[in-house]
Amino acid sequence: MADSNSNSKRAEYDPASLRAEVDRLIAHSAFDVASRRLAELWRRDPASGTASFVTSRLDELRSKVALTKVKLAILRSFTVEPMVPLVRAEAFAYGIDLAVHVGDFNTYIQDIVDGQSSLYRFAPNAVILAVRADQAAPELWRDFADLTPEAAAQAAARVVHSYEQWIATFRKHSQSALIIHSLERPSSPSLGVLDSQSETGQSGFILQINRELQRIGATFHGVYNLDYDALVARHGSEHWHDERKWLTARLPIAASHLLDMAREWMRFIVPLSGRTAKALVVDLDNTLWGGVVGEDGVAGIQVGPEYPGAAYQALQRALLDISRKGILLAVCSKNNLDDAMEALEKHPGMLVRAKHFAALRINWTDKSQNLREIAEELNIGIDALAFLDDNPFEREQVRAALPEVTVIDLSHNDLPKNPLEYATAIRDCAVFERLTLSAEDQQRTEMYAAQKQRSGAEQSFQSKEDFFRFLEQEAELEPMSSLTLARVAQLTQKTNQFNLTTRRYTEPQIAEMAKQPEWQVLSIRVRDRFGDHGLVGVAIAHDQGEQCEVDTFLLSCRVIGRTVETALLAHLAESAAQRGRKRLVGWFLPTKKNAPARDFYQQHGFERQEANGSGSLWTLDLNSSTLRCPDWIKLKVSVGNSAAETRPGGKN
Amino acid sequence: MTASTLERVRSVASDIFGVPVDKITAESSPQTIDNWDSMQHLNLVLAIEEKFGVQLDPEDIEQMKNIGAVATLVEKLQSTPR
Repeated sequence: MADSNSNSKRAEYDPASLRAEVDRLIAHSAFDVASRRLAELWRRDPASGTASFVTSRLDELRSKVALTKVKLAILRSFTVEPMVPLVRAEAFAYGIDLAVHVGDFNTYIQDIVDGQSSLYRFAPNAVILAVRADQAAPELWRDFADLTPEAAAQAAARVVHSYEQWIATFRKHSQSALIIHSLERPSSPSLGVLDSQSETGQSGFILQINRELQRIGATFHGVYNLDYDALVARHGSEHWHDERKWLTARLPIAASHLLDMAREWMRFIVPLSGRTAKALVVDLDNTLWGGVVGEDGVAGIQVGPEYPGAAYQALQRALLDISRKGILLAVCSKNNLDDAMEALEKHPGMLVRAKHFAALRINWTDKSQNLREIAEELNIGIDALAFLDDNPFEREQVRAALPEVTVIDLSHNDLPKNPLEYATAIRDCAVFERLTLSAEDQQRTEMYAAQKQRSGAEQSFQSKEDFFRFLEQEAELEPMSSLTLARVAQLTQKTNQFNLTTRRYTEPQIAEMAKQPEWQVLSIRVRDRFGDHGLVGVAIAHDQGEQCEVDTFLLSCRVIGRTVETALLAHLAESAAQRGRKRLVGWFLPTKKNAPARDFYQQHGFERQEANGSGSLWTLDLNSSTLRCPDWIKLKVSVGNSAAETRPGGKN
Repeated sequence: MTASTLERVRSVASDIFGVPVDKITAESSPQTIDNWDSMQHLNLVLAIEEKFGVQLDPEDIEQMKNIGAVATLVEKLQSTPR
């Protein structure tokens, strides 16, 4: 890439004076500021020369500033040394002090097999196994035209088997993460276009090896696949490779793509180091959409399938993609709330809506203050925030006030901005990478957003009852089954606040109770107009002569105070009456944490029967009881595993 | 060679070899810069290719006997499209 500094696009940026400033700051022991300037230098000119400067100064700063330490070992079949300063400089920009150990040339097998090798003595946190296809599968790569399909299949199987053994041996000696380069396909297969006419072509076998590597990797904890073939394709095989460097220096990658290789490694190292963002805060005008809604009006902003609106839709798609990985989205915009909300809710071209955002700060307050509040509202650290804004002034202000925030780089601070690069900037930023995904990650945005709407909705209703009706709650009661056993036991073990007896049960204990005919073990699921809360409550009751005793009654704090507890208790009372019991009784056993449940029985017409040192026993006469399910809750009672009829709330 | 190309080559060499830029002249060579070994020579080649958008042949690389020669080479490559 040509030098872009020569034509003075940035009057204020002078690489030489920025270097001098870093050295001056280090000499004056202003290490934190020096560190920030050094990161700025790298941001402005991420190149090999800069990397050498950055790493030499990093060696002076590393013991003086707070950086996450990560040890990376690279096992390789080609020259990687020129990438080491690049990956260290790039890591530094993510707040990581990366120590790199490079295995000897082509000794990766010995390094893995020998438990005493320098690899294991280095005690790495992450290991990259970078072997070129022509070395991992020489027969398939060089002599393919000589092989029968059977011989080629055997060769592929041998390659897979070798990797499998290396991985297993590695795991015996180390718990470090292992990142394996997949094999690249030949850009000119030996049989030309004929190669792609069957699965048993040269490319077909390489792909087959790669699929097997993915499969094997997934059977080990902490073994990851780096799709080298896709990486090369993304940059273009002919540009990526430099045959001259390969033949003279065993370096297969062209000078202009060494940084891309280093950045691909960072997509693994950043999530492994934990320096990831949990939330991305975006600006609205000229970031999420084109134009200024306060001036252009909702009809005048640009977002839709046609350019320039398409560039903003591309960004919105990137936002939805990262939110599916559990990264929360938030808005921080200097705007009039009504204008912005109308655009967010009503503009037909918008792909993200208000419901996708876990926090909204649409006001005229300074952005760093808003970011602090957002972090607090989402209950995450400021260092877990990333920030996207088209305005270089806002970016610099946030960088200066909150250096721990990841400010998304948009190139060429002084040039006319290019919205086409926004989506790429998000997709390329390693703080949004994840190596594994839990079910909770995938639902996190919905859960936060629904919670936000609920609390917002509650404030706008005249009475609690109006709010309850608005919520359209549905509760589903069913006897505990093998499908719900684990969750029921888990709730008894971890629910502290709304828990009347705080009796902790294991899965076998619960299963045993449920087998007894005089015991009922019930679970309750709740959903409302904003979303599904899942299985959030448990009631356990058993009949004893004329009475039915509540052994356990608990609800997750997510749903308390919304009368679900009344619905559950009313069901216990009604079903006990149907079984011919005269009284429903239950203990309240106080703990340090269950004050929210203290007045529960009293509020529902129970009378205190006795009290002792550990708690109080309450009783409800079922003949005179008026306890009913509130009519704003739609209650569905299932018998066994099959759903029974839906009974209207507040029935007979 | 022009002064500006030499300036830019000197600043790249300063970064790569970890030597202050004012200590680097057109005459600086592996004999005068301690750190200029074969690996750093490769790093210099890569940094020059990256910075100036050129590609060096093995024969070119052999000609890089001192900083002045590097600057001359860069100008030659930039003026002859290949």
